[in-house]
Amino acid sequence: MALLEVENLTKFYKDVRALSGVSFEVKKGEFVAIIGPSGSGKTTLVRCINRLIDPSDGTIRFDRMDMRALEGMHLRHARAKIGMIFQHYNLVTRLTVIENVLHGRLGYKSDLAGILGVYSEEEKQKAVEVLGLLGLEDYVYRRCDQLSGGQMQRVGIARALVQDPRMILCDEPIASLDPSSAKIIMDYLQKIQQELRITIIVNIHQVDIAKKYAERILGFNKGHLVFDNKPGKLDKDTTREIYGAEAGELFSN
Amino acid sequence: MSSSLTDGLSASQFFRRKKLVLTAVLAAMVILSLAAGTLTDFRIAKVFVAIPRVAVWLVKNVVPDQMALTRVPNILDKLVATIFMSIMASVTAAVAALVLALLGSKTTRVHPVFSVLTRGIASVTRNIPVVAWALIFLITFGQSTFTGFLALFFVTFGFLTRAFTETIDEVSASAVEALRAAGASRPQVIAQAVFPSSMPQMLSWLLFMIETNIRSATLVGLVTGSGIGFVFDIYYKSLQYKSAFMVVIAIVVVTLAIEMISNALRRVIL
Repeated sequence: MALLEVENLTKFYKDVRALSGVSFEVKKGEFVAIIGPSGSGKTTLVRCINRLIDPSDGTIRFDRMDMRALEGMHLRHARAKIGMIFQHYNLVTRLTVIENVLHGRLGYKSDLAGILGVYSEEEKQKAVEVLGLLGLEDYVYRRCDQLSGGQMQRVGIARALVQDPRMILCDEPIASLDPSSAKIIMDYLQKIQQELRITIIVNIHQVDIAKKYAERILGFNKGHLVFDNKPGKLDKDTTREIYGAEAGELFSN
Repeated sequence: MSSSLTDGLSASQFFRRKKLVLTAVLAAMVILSLAAGTLTDFRIAKVFVAIPRVAVWLVKNVVPDQMALTRVPNILDKLVATIFMSIMASVTAAVAALVLALLGSKTTRVHPVFSVLTRGIASVTRNIPVVAWALIFLITFGQSTFTGFLALFFVTFGFLTRAFTETIDEVSASAVEALRAAGASRPQVIAQAVFPSSMPQMLSWLLFMIETNIRSATLVGLVTGSGIGFVFDIYYKSLQYKSAFMVVIAIVVVTLAIEMISNALRRVIL
């Protein structure tokens, strides 16, 4: 049984077609990488899944819920089950690490409790515990604007994890990081997938990293899904199809 | 625009054209100033001749006499009242502006229509000068402190709505996206992401407007017959120049003090 089913997903921005008839399925616990040149629709795709962007056509079923039919409370509860990690971390940098992590619980809270920032003892414990797992135990009460990029991204992961998600969407999670921080982040994502059985979908620019970590790769070009297979099947021809003729040579090894 | 004008030019042609444009602009400015001077019968020589006379008059009046000094308590009284009126106008306008900014900013709006409305209201209220507002309310409410309050309120409201809207979009858009993705509701997003990210910058704008309003309050007082502006007007019109000048000195000292306080506050906040 697939956790996520995307069928014929299409998105128009005015007259520009960002996604054309994209269909694929993701199983529970899978690690999927989405690759493709800038403007190929990767970001639009991930944001359509949790409805940060409203699709123009097609269906998205997550955990047997029809995402496009959800509104209000139901949409919030569905989103709570999908974590998200961003290229620019998207933290409230003036707040402390733990406050940012607890933001991951807002999807489960009443308006009032969320506005006032009232969290239960379990939630606070859980936040501290998750920060420990990510090696941030010494930074719990630090303000986020004092952290490095790699540390901020780990706070982003912690925020996604306290959501108790079934799936985590990652939009270019390492595009702003140096290679060693990038490796740390990718290793954590892999650990989350393998040990917690959480599905990971990650948009990524580096094809070699996608091949190293992902169990499956989706390749996009101009809004079309042109490749959907195991990393081993990604050869010179298919890379050329995704990235265009010249780029094919670059990845030919 | 410049690229279409300069396309296909050699480097020397490009720079020659640039110099030509610069010369033309300078020439136009000189001609415009001369024309304006002629039309308004302005003679620069007259200004220079007048300077020594003005200096002598100033020196004679700048030092307060006994009478001016006895008026200091009254002047300070009015000045403090004016300052509090400016602060009140600024703070109430800030609250109203915050509501409108939340409705109109791209990050927190319910519907794009609100952005258009907000921008419209903000630019109309902001672009009517404070003295014009004072005149408008003078007709309705007569000479009173309330008239001055309203004039300051509307200008501040327009300015802060614009400033707050931009601050919200600039500072909090990314965190707002993350919280929405986690399933937070709109009120939660505003309380947990928008306020913490943009509050320092908003407070800084508010301090700036309080300073500005204390300065404009003098002028507004002249028009509306209230506060420190009115006191100055009375002394001036009854030819008590030394007392009038005492008012000016008090305004300058207090404005500088307020600016220093507000800069110190800003350092703490930001």
